[in-house]
Amino acid sequence: MELVFFYLFAAGIVGASLLMVTRANVIHAALSLVLAFLFMAGLFVLAGAEFLAGVQILIYAGGIMVLYLFSIMLMNVGVAVRLRQWHRQSALALAAALLLAAEVWVVLGRGGYPAAQAWSWRLGQTPGNVEALGQVLYTKFLFPFEVASVLLLAAMIGAIVLAKRQITR
Amino acid sequence: MVPLTHYLALGAILFLIGAAGVIMRRNAIMILLSIELMLNSVNITFVGFARQWADLTGQVFAIFVIAVAACEAAVGLAILISLNRDRSMVNVDEINLLKW
Repeated sequence: MELVFFYLFAAGIVGASLLMVTRANVIHAALSLVLAFLFMAGLFVLAGAEFLAGVQILIYAGGIMVLYLFSIMLMNVGVAVRLRQWHRQSALALAAALLLAAEVWVVLGRGGYPAAQAWSWRLGQTPGNVEALGQVLYTKFLFPFEVASVLLLAAMIGAIVLAKRQITR
Repeated sequence: MVPLTHYLALGAILFLIGAAGVIMRRNAIMILLSIELMLNSVNITFVGFARQWADLTGQVFAIFVIAVAACEAAVGLAILISLNRDRSMVNVDEINLLKW
C-alpha cells in the first residue's frame, strides 16, 4: 500500500517537473513546480517527515514560489515567451546531463546500504515528529541553526540592496 | 515500507531533470526554478536516508536546505529584477558584460 502511494507521488513529481522544464511561459513553469512541491509534501508524509511536509507547503509552495510569481509579474514575460527557449549548445548540454545520469546510476547501483530502522513514534501521536525534530534542532544542531538565521539576514539585506533602484549615500 | 533505493532513484531523476533545465534553458527565471527543483531532489534523498536509519539528522538538514533555497531565491530574483530593469535582459546568453 505504501509502495503504491510512493509510485503515485513519484509519478506526479516527475511528470510535473518535466512539465516545468519544458514550458515556454515562465508562469506555467512556476505553477507546475508548485504542483511538484505538493506531491513532494505527500512523499514526505509517507517517509515519516510530517513537519517537513508542512514546511514544504507553507514555506516552499506558499512563500518561495509566491516570491517567484511576484518577481515574474514585475518582469516582462510576454516577450520572453516568443523568444527562442533553448541554448544553442542544447545537444551538448543534454549529453552532459546523460553522462551525469550514468555516473549517478553507477554510484547508486553499488548498494550496500544498512537495513531499515523503525521510527520511535507513530503517525498522529504526540510526542511525534515535530517534537523530536525540535529537540534535535535546538540542541544538537543549534549552531548551524544560528548560522542559517545569519545567512537569511544577509540574503535579505543583499536582496534589498540589489533590487533597490538607487542607493543614496 | 518503501526501499531506500526508490528514494535515491527518485532524487537522482529529479536532480538530472533540474540539471538539464539549468544548462539547456535560456530564460534566467527558468534556471532559478530548475535550481529549486535540484535542491528539492536533494531533500528527497535526505528524507529517504532519514527514513532508512530512523535518524532525524536528514530531516534537519532538509530544513537547512530549504533555508538556503529561500536565500538563493531572494538574492537571485533581486539580481534578475535589477538586470531586467536596467538592461531589460532575461536570457542568460545576452548577459555578457563580464565576458572578455
